Amino acid sequence: MSGTNVTPTLVDGMAMRTAAPVARRLRGLSDRSIAWLFILPTMLLLLAINIFPLIWAIRLSFTGFMANLPAPAAFIGIDNYVDILTDEDLWANFQITAHFVFWTIALQVLIGLGLALLINQKFRGHSFWTTVILLPMMLSPAVVGNFWTLLFQPQIGPFNYLIGFFTGIAPSSFTMIGSVALAPWTVVLVNTWMWTPYVMLICLAGLRSIPDYIYEAAEVDRASPLRQFWSITLPMVLPFLMLAVLFQAIQSFVMFDMVNLLTSGGPGSTTELVSITLKRAAFEKWETGYASALAVILFVTIFGAANVYVRALNWVKQQ
Amino acid sequence: MRINTNLSLACAAGTLALTLGATSSAWAEGKSLTMCWAAWDPANALVELDKDFTKETGIEMKHEFVPWTSYADHFINLLNSHSSECDLIIGDSQWLGGAAENKWYIKLNEFFDKNKISMDVFVPASVLAYAEWPKGTPNYWGLPAMADAVGWTYRKDWFAKPELRAEFKAKYNRELEPPKTWDELLEVSKFFTGKEIDGKKVYGSYIFTERGSEGITMGVTNAMYNYGFDYMDPKEPYHMDGFVNSAGAAKGMDVYKELFDCCQPPGLTNAYMQEGLDAFKSGQVAMQMNWYAFFPGLSKDPNVGGDKIGFFVNPAGPAGRWTQLGGQGLSVVAASKDIEDSLLYVKWFAQPAVQQKWTDLGGASASVAVLESDAFKKSADYAPSFVESMDIMKDFWAEPLYIPLLLDMQNRVHDYVVANKGTSQQALDALVKDWKKVFKQEGKNPS
Repeated sequence: MSGTNVTPTLVDGMAMRTAAPVARRLRGLSDRSIAWLFILPTMLLLLAINIFPLIWAIRLSFTGFMANLPAPAAFIGIDNYVDILTDEDLWANFQITAHFVFWTIALQVLIGLGLALLINQKFRGHSFWTTVILLPMMLSPAVVGNFWTLLFQPQIGPFNYLIGFFTGIAPSSFTMIGSVALAPWTVVLVNTWMWTPYVMLICLAGLRSIPDYIYEAAEVDRASPLRQFWSITLPMVLPFLMLAVLFQAIQSFVMFDMVNLLTSGGPGSTTELVSITLKRAAFEKWETGYASALAVILFVTIFGAANVYVRALNWVKQQ
Repeated sequence: MRINTNLSLACAAGTLALTLGATSSAWAEGKSLTMCWAAWDPANALVELDKDFTKETGIEMKHEFVPWTSYADHFINLLNSHSSECDLIIGDSQWLGGAAENKWYIKLNEFFDKNKISMDVFVPASVLAYAEWPKGTPNYWGLPAMADAVGWTYRKDWFAKPELRAEFKAKYNRELEPPKTWDELLEVSKFFTGKEIDGKKVYGSYIFTERGSEGITMGVTNAMYNYGFDYMDPKEPYHMDGFVNSAGAAKGMDVYKELFDCCQPPGLTNAYMQEGLDAFKSGQVAMQMNWYAFFPGLSKDPNVGGDKIGFFVNPAGPAGRWTQLGGQGLSVVAASKDIEDSLLYVKWFAQPAVQQKWTDLGGASASVAVLESDAFKKSADYAPSFVESMDIMKDFWAEPLYIPLLLDMQNRVHDYVVANKGTSQQALDALVKDWKKVFKQEGKNPS
């Protein structure tokens, strides 16, 4: 036995480094069992904090349970789903959310890519400016919400003052977060300000991954900078950009804290994203069953859309 | 004589022993009670008042005061989880239904009877709002503790300016005085809006518009009650059609919206108590809607208090004169580990002398004796209108599911008043539909 030079199995290796009684027990296990042993705590944790609550929420979504009342959960079938899908106000909130997601993504992609192209140039102070641009995404959404609320104050806020300074409009004559017309754009503006650096960072990673020799070959072929951008830069950055869009779309779809602090969903319901409706149903009205059904619908929507998108992303990568 | 002396000594010794015995039973060294309430000016007065209770009983009073923004969420969660964190709670009037039906509070009838505490000594509206559940029945779950209602403040110094008075008279053919009706309130608000006073552009009035908790509902009802809004048919419980969404109720909502559109300072589209105080203190508005609880502080404000401030009762409308009830009742938490001492506190707090001192310190007793006394009426500029308001208070629903009822109204009113969505009639029709759904959840039979 001692004369063999066979590589010890994973189990043997572990057994050699383990106390004798435990080692004896370990030698009886296969590599597969040991692997399971290692991932079991993580699996249990995942089951406890992800899968179990999900199943529990699905179960509750078929009940009229209210967490603030002692009455047990009564089964009501698909009533909550019917209520949600036939509620005009909720559909309006989905539209508000779609508007918010679409415009924030569009602006973040345009500005983020533009900034990445700029930062990718070699110039003096380039690292400093990269750090400055990244600052907003390092802030807490709660801080951003409160901070912009002050900036948008009609009487004392610098934002209105600047608009007034450049346009001649009286600063206190308009309100960004209190106006039905402006508030939806206000939340888009603040979210874009906060998360564009993130898109820029991912695009920058994409730009840096393009080998220089491709551009050198293009220059030998006398391709114009615009041609280089359309034929080299954009196709090679596209998978990165699509990944950024995926992350940001999910993040914007479930955005809550910043918008809640900035407008509380108002004025009226003009900025009430579905996540705010969900929070109100779950923790203000305590309609736990209804809120669970809404959460399930949101989960299926995000999960389904993300799945389709990831397939598209893979297709783009293959191309 | 000797016998007499001995007898006297024996009597004295007996009295001393009885007194010591009685005192030692009440004197509870090392004991403490936790009182829960909102963090605001009157809570400081309560801390002062409670020192007397400690002095008399030896029971230390601890206080847990939570900001208004999280007051309901925080304490309702505690009560719902049967936490013993609070022994006594000064809870909002709307909590009463839920607190009674879910047994969060101790029912006090037996205790009141035993200790001869009568509800007749308190203002009837305060008993209805802070103590009774079901409403209108002699089932008591609290003792009126902090009487409050919506009232108005105005800039007396601006109203007294001769040039403004002359201009107002020329325009409206009457004197510039605090408004008595909502029509007058609109006129005066419009008159002041856009004026430059003391080198600053000012606005007519500040009204509640907050959307997240209860603000805009606590504001709009002051107009709606007076134009004909009611929560239900007085003869048929939970029959709301034609009461909640009556033509008068819709008109009241329209008037509130008109006041918001014409005369609210810009940016105050999601504003409640503090924003109103700030707008008034900074000289931005001529009139301000707010709770009386803030008026003692405002009347002492170095910039706008003293001779510069005046107070008036919520103006009347075509259907009468009502004002939104605020305030809270004192209740004993059923999960408390020291119910006996908590009840001792309630008994102590109910005493007329304590009620008087409570008001003197800056609280607001609902005791008729305190409110009707000449001393109180003369004690402050706001006192007469406060006393008048106590007789015309109306409260929001106090049902176990009051939170969804309140949030539904918040959404419908804010959508119409601030976000111009639809008409007032559509908003109220939708509200009736929302409320019917909530009552069905509660097992009631709404119509």
